[in-house]
Amino acid sequence: MSDPVQDAAARDLRRAAETEAAALPALLIAAEHLANTVQMGGHGRRRAGAGEEFWQYRPAHSGDAARFVDWRRSARSDTQFIREREMQNAQSLHLWVDPANSMRFTGAATGRAARPEKRDRAQVLALALGISALRAGERVGLASPLAPPRPGKAHLLTLAQALTAQSSEADYGTPDLSAVAPQSEVVLISDFLGDPAAIEAALTGVAEHGVKGALLQVLDPAEEDFPFDGRTIFTSMAGAVRFETREAAGLRARYRERLAERRDRLETLAARAGWAFSTHHTGAPAQSALLWLHGALGGAWR
Amino acid sequence: MMALGPLGFTAPWLLLGLAALPALWWLLRAVPPAPIKRRFPGVVLLLGLPDEETQAERTPWWLLALRMLALAAAIIGFAGPVLNPEPVQTARGPLLILVDGSWASARDWPRRVERMTRALDEAAAAGRPVALVNLSDPPPAPPPFAEAADLRRSLAGVKPQPWEPAIETAPESFLPEGNFDTLWLSDGLNRMGRGALLRAVTQRGMVKVWQPGTPVLALGAAAVEGTQLRVPLLASTPITQPLEVVAYGTDPSGAERELARVDVGVQADGTGEALVALPPELRNRISRFEIAGQRSAGAVSLTDDAQKRRKVALISGSTAREGLELLAPTHYLRQALAPSADLIEATLSDALLTKPDVIILADIGDVAEADRVAEWLEEGGLLIRFAGPRLAASDITNNSLLPVSLRQGGRSIGGTMSWGEPRRIAPFAEGSPFSGLVVPEEVTVREQVMAEPGPDLGAHTIAALADGTPLVTRSAFGQGEIVLFHVTANAEWSNLPLSGLFPQMLERLSVLARPVAPSAEDLAGQIFTPLKRLDGFGALSTTEAAAGVKGEDLAEGPPGPDLPPGLYGAEGRVLALNALPPGRQLAPATWPANVVLEAEGSARQTALQAPLLLAALLALLLDALATLSLSGRLRGARVAVLVALALGLAPIDSPAQEAMDEARAIAAADNVVLAYMPSGDAQMDDISNAGLRGLSQILTRRTTVEPSAPMAVDLESDDLALFTLIYWPINAASPSPSPAGYAKLNRFLRGGGMILFDTRDADLSGFGTATEAGQRLQALAAPLDIPPLAPLPADHVLTRAFYLLQTMPGRYDGPIWVEAAPLDAEQAEGMPFRNLNDGVTPVVIGGNDWAAAWAVGETGQPTFPVGRGSAGERQREIAYRFGVNLVMHVLTGNYKSDQVHVPALLERLGQ
Repeated sequence: MSDPVQDAAARDLRRAAETEAAALPALLIAAEHLANTVQMGGHGRRRAGAGEEFWQYRPAHSGDAARFVDWRRSARSDTQFIREREMQNAQSLHLWVDPANSMRFTGAATGRAARPEKRDRAQVLALALGISALRAGERVGLASPLAPPRPGKAHLLTLAQALTAQSSEADYGTPDLSAVAPQSEVVLISDFLGDPAAIEAALTGVAEHGVKGALLQVLDPAEEDFPFDGRTIFTSMAGAVRFETREAAGLRARYRERLAERRDRLETLAARAGWAFSTHHTGAPAQSALLWLHGALGGAWR
Repeated sequence: MMALGPLGFTAPWLLLGLAALPALWWLLRAVPPAPIKRRFPGVVLLLGLPDEETQAERTPWWLLALRMLALAAAIIGFAGPVLNPEPVQTARGPLLILVDGSWASARDWPRRVERMTRALDEAAAAGRPVALVNLSDPPPAPPPFAEAADLRRSLAGVKPQPWEPAIETAPESFLPEGNFDTLWLSDGLNRMGRGALLRAVTQRGMVKVWQPGTPVLALGAAAVEGTQLRVPLLASTPITQPLEVVAYGTDPSGAERELARVDVGVQADGTGEALVALPPELRNRISRFEIAGQRSAGAVSLTDDAQKRRKVALISGSTAREGLELLAPTHYLRQALAPSADLIEATLSDALLTKPDVIILADIGDVAEADRVAEWLEEGGLLIRFAGPRLAASDITNNSLLPVSLRQGGRSIGGTMSWGEPRRIAPFAEGSPFSGLVVPEEVTVREQVMAEPGPDLGAHTIAALADGTPLVTRSAFGQGEIVLFHVTANAEWSNLPLSGLFPQMLERLSVLARPVAPSAEDLAGQIFTPLKRLDGFGALSTTEAAAGVKGEDLAEGPPGPDLPPGLYGAEGRVLALNALPPGRQLAPATWPANVVLEAEGSARQTALQAPLLLAALLALLLDALATLSLSGRLRGARVAVLVALALGLAPIDSPAQEAMDEARAIAAADNVVLAYMPSGDAQMDDISNAGLRGLSQILTRRTTVEPSAPMAVDLESDDLALFTLIYWPINAASPSPSPAGYAKLNRFLRGGGMILFDTRDADLSGFGTATEAGQRLQALAAPLDIPPLAPLPADHVLTRAFYLLQTMPGRYDGPIWVEAAPLDAEQAEGMPFRNLNDGVTPVVIGGNDWAAAWAVGETGQPTFPVGRGSAGERQREIAYRFGVNLVMHVLTGNYKSDQVHVPALLERLGQ
């Protein structure tokens, strides 16, 4: 007879693990669902190289090994032809989702018009982009926490686990792009409310190595509209920054000015590096943001 | 007390607090509203922004004004403001309180008691001696002046009477000696004799009259007119709004209920009339009329025989001959009955179908359907027969439907072939229903049928001729009665039908409805006993052993202490005496100018403290809302919630509180949970819990069912749909679920749940016959929807749901009961068992104490011994197997039962 107490403990652990595991497929399904809305075409490098698709026949030069000769084509003429395939070298896509506390903000946690936390929306967008990239044969990885870019659907689970597991104590996040390989693509999803200098430094650092990419600013509508009034003490999500005002409504116009200013700065920064920049609000459907991301990166994939 | 115009203050020095208000104004202005804290990531963008507007720094003026207003209201409220303060009475000397105490004062009696209490309190404070006289119930001797406090204790005994003060009582008989002030609580009605009394009391001292301003309403006696009942309504002063008159009566089941309700408009002269049109069946059931909303004996009009119309079947033997109507046997009867009775003229068999109250047979010899008539008589019918040539010629010596046996033939007096003169009727004897009726000189009888002399002939005779021969005889028959007039119903044998005596006699026999106001002559000679009494508030109560009343008094006298209003009965007749004597006109009382008239409803002392404090509280509440909105804490739905809270309407009502706790609901729904019903006995609950824990372990170990820890069912709050199996141990003191709990349990049973009842008594005395737990189980389970039960048949699916079992033991091994097999359950060919219940038995009942057999301690060791040695352990194992089977049966239903069909289904598929 086994110990009943131990029995019960093991049973509870197993059930808890099942419950936790159940959340991952939900994220995957949401991301996959989103990814399905973006139509993917076949894509290659439009030049001969290693790949699976037929590219062209060319006459054989000296130096071409006999085993590369396409004998069926050659039999129809006097010269020997070599069958070339389209080059399909996969691109690496690095994703970065801001893990900082500021991303945990939502202007309406409950009620009819409840919105998800910015972080949730950012994760779904990143994973959806990852899914569509993986489907297109790209290699997808995470900039931080580090997950090296790898192809294949099985990699998706690793990405999802790493995304959900990441957390940070900081109020505002700075991307760490040190592990990004040259010539790859980077997508940064954040609210970019932190120190713009840090973002600028990270961006210029990788742009020098020919890294292209996109910046997606995810904001809650409350952050855009500033619908507050009365005497208010504003604190950052972790409580490190604190600001008191006697009449919040009076600050609205100037807050929005500053927000627009910040956005301008990011846009200029992105344009200088040849990157794309856009803002997404959690109140809007995620598809539009994914379409934009896809378009911003699409040039490289096609 | 300080007075300020119509306003007085009990604590005026508190008003000094108002001087502090300006200081408060200055203080409040300087305090800004408290800030609100928000987490907001965009705060970095705000850093360094200066505030432009400074308005919120200081409290806005209107909020300040609101706060000052609240404070001022509170200060003034606590200062005890009183509107129209009454000057303190300074009168001295004895005080006499006169109370009219009639039915007219019953409607506002509590206010009168309040006024009397106030007068007594004031008198007690001033040390004045007081005496109290109820004019409707005057004391036989002048009452002595007594301590006001003593009188106050006896005030509860003073009640309004259902009559008015007697006119003829001399004031001296009850007025105390000496000088005194008088407080007269008038009922507002003018009546004779009031002037004399007023003069008597004004001579002795000051008189103060208290009188309500509302008019007095009363109902007169109802009268039948055609198919309608007319009820006169009287008001002391004209009123404009229509009143409602309600008719009450018994319904067929005997319960009293409202039969009709009519609107009555009161005319300028203060009279009105309620017209009630009802079918005769309903109309005869009306027992009283009331003015809706009036609680007084005067507003009640009792009905009696006068308002009832009886159903009379009139049957004659001879076919009517055209042109000879005056000779027809029924002509005079019809004339007498038609105005006040519902007549049925048909053959006897048809008439019997309509269930008449009275059947009159005019000159019929042999009754055709004697059996049915006898049956009808047994149930209380009244059969009245008239003699005639046919009756005389028939075989009348031995006829059961006659009150006395008759001689063959008859006698003829004063005819051409006989001696003597036509006989007159002798005065009616005492005790006869006709007693008191005056016999007219001219009524004579020429011919009659003769009764056979016998010892009881005298007792049967209720009217006789001058020579003593019976004229009308009567005898009881079952609950009914047979009356025989020894003469014809037409003028052939006597001129009785032509006289006025004839309808009077019929009326005394309860055939005819009485006139509304009976004259003394009508009622003379009869003693009426009170059946029901009306009290001052208009409520009817039965009387017991009350003295009888002479009919003459009843007809004449206005109601009084000797003649209380109510219902009186004699000889099967019922007479109503209403509180309002016939002919009484209501007029408002008028008082001379030297009398202080304290009309009810004038400006009275009103304490303003409560409304002021309430206003202060409301203002503070408003202030809280305004402050919230100023500091930006109030938006959207929260406003609605706060406003609802402010109005005292909590949006969360009681059902929400009774809902199942969410965590508990999730725990129950998450996994299979075995549940038990708490028994109110902690030890028993522990055993149930341990037993189900043991069973859960066995299930986890042996089957794919892995139940969570057992739960105790909280019948009031839990959603039973989340449970599958409830173990319900019963002992003699098991608490009974509430009706809502039973409803839940029934829903649970209908929804496929199962309850395992366990009486834990080893079923010692057979199922539920004698043990206390068994009896308790019967009581507990009675409101449950439990199908017919039967002992567990050997082929029940419970015996093979998981293990193959023959017995279902716990600590004991008794029989168990499950839902009975349907009657048409047949054993299919080649099948090991019948196709029984297509579903799960909703209950399993037994007394095997399963929980104790299953119970395990914390270490997993059994807690209670089962049997002895290895045989006992075997029994415990079988008990566990029963538990496994039971849970499997609950979870899989008749799956195992259906499994036996699988070979047949496969075989069919193969083809």
